[in-house]
Amino acid sequence: MSYLFTVSPDFTPVHLSGWYIFNTWLQRQSGSPIHLEMYNDFPTQRLAIHNDQVDLIFANPFDAAMLVREKGFLPLVKAAGVSDEAIIAVRADSAVEDVAHLSPGITVAVTEDPDVTMMGMIMLEAGDLNAGNVETTIFDTYVLVAKNLLNDSADVGIFLAEAYDDLSSIVKKQLKILVRSQISVIHHSLMVGPKLADRRDEIQALLLSMAEDDKGKDILKSLGFDNWVKVDDEDMEFMIDLMEALAT
Amino acid sequence: MIQDMKPEDIIGDYKETLLDLYGSICRVVLYTDIETPYPDGKLIVSTTDKNGIITHVNKSFVEMSGYTEAELINAPHSILRHPDMPPAAFKDLWDTVNRGEKWQGFVKNLRKDGGYYWVKATVIPNIRHGEVVSYTSVRRKPSRTKVDECIKLYPTLF
Repeated sequence: MSYLFTVSPDFTPVHLSGWYIFNTWLQRQSGSPIHLEMYNDFPTQRLAIHNDQVDLIFANPFDAAMLVREKGFLPLVKAAGVSDEAIIAVRADSAVEDVAHLSPGITVAVTEDPDVTMMGMIMLEAGDLNAGNVETTIFDTYVLVAKNLLNDSADVGIFLAEAYDDLSSIVKKQLKILVRSQISVIHHSLMVGPKLADRRDEIQALLLSMAEDDKGKDILKSLGFDNWVKVDDEDMEFMIDLMEALAT
Repeated sequence: MIQDMKPEDIIGDYKETLLDLYGSICRVVLYTDIETPYPDGKLIVSTTDKNGIITHVNKSFVEMSGYTEAELINAPHSILRHPDMPPAAFKDLWDTVNRGEKWQGFVKNLRKDGGYYWVKATVIPNIRHGEVVSYTSVRRKPSRTKVDECIKLYPTLF
């Protein structure tokens, strides 16, 4: 029996090969066949989850409540020292220096990343802006969000902080950060589904000892972090509660 | 147990009042007109038990309240209660979360140094195995327009 592993579609493209290498490592360590399926977008991934096709997922925090409460997923680990943070940016030559200077009716460029958009909209709220009084345009990548700010098609961009930091210096010079979130407690999590629930402790132990050898360390590096940290049920429940509190 | 505020902790000219807290507990409160602006991009997060006793705070809570983490843990959440906040707001909060629902509102919080800061607060009941076991409060930066509306409205609710 083969298991299906998937990664939240908002993964950073430079880490794509890292996830395939990680999947190979996990198959060898667990002695189980695991197929990695990288879905192009959130709706396609959610359909696979809905149809009970997914057994292992590096999940966006926005989907955590649905995975735990509706689909019986259990948390394993999160990336050490990594949290999801958002940035609100405008063109560098914009007169706007503060979210409070923005006006209803502006165009906000976002991607499909649900948690980043939510954090960004919370930061815009301080300027009396909300989904009802701004025009939101969704783009496939953060590079396109930046491009549409630069060519004047959008007034404000909401970025995953990591993606903003990875933009070229030429692009960043033409942009200005209004707010960078410092939330620290919202993070992606690796989770197992019901078919792997009885192997949760075993897989968790494998992951938590991954950084103990050079091969494991190299794979973690290719994913963009140094180690995994345990996420227990209460940690996950706390984050689900937090996401619920932030959702409105 | 909640302690009275001490003059030596206060920064600036202050007023004094006796505040009736939830559960018929009174506290001497010293407060000033000095506002600490809510920091951009941050969330203040805390958890209390069912009686409103603080069990968890994040770094932003410590920074904004002016108390140390040790002073906050095991203290009632009403340690932040500002005399300008109408008691009706907190009654509504507790009535709402006790029904297992989410509460949201704009709150003027009192700092240890007597100053204040405005927040948009969301309080949710933490439900485990079908039972409310605790409450989590998440505070974010409020819009100035909403704060100005509350400054006009709240004095009418006493």
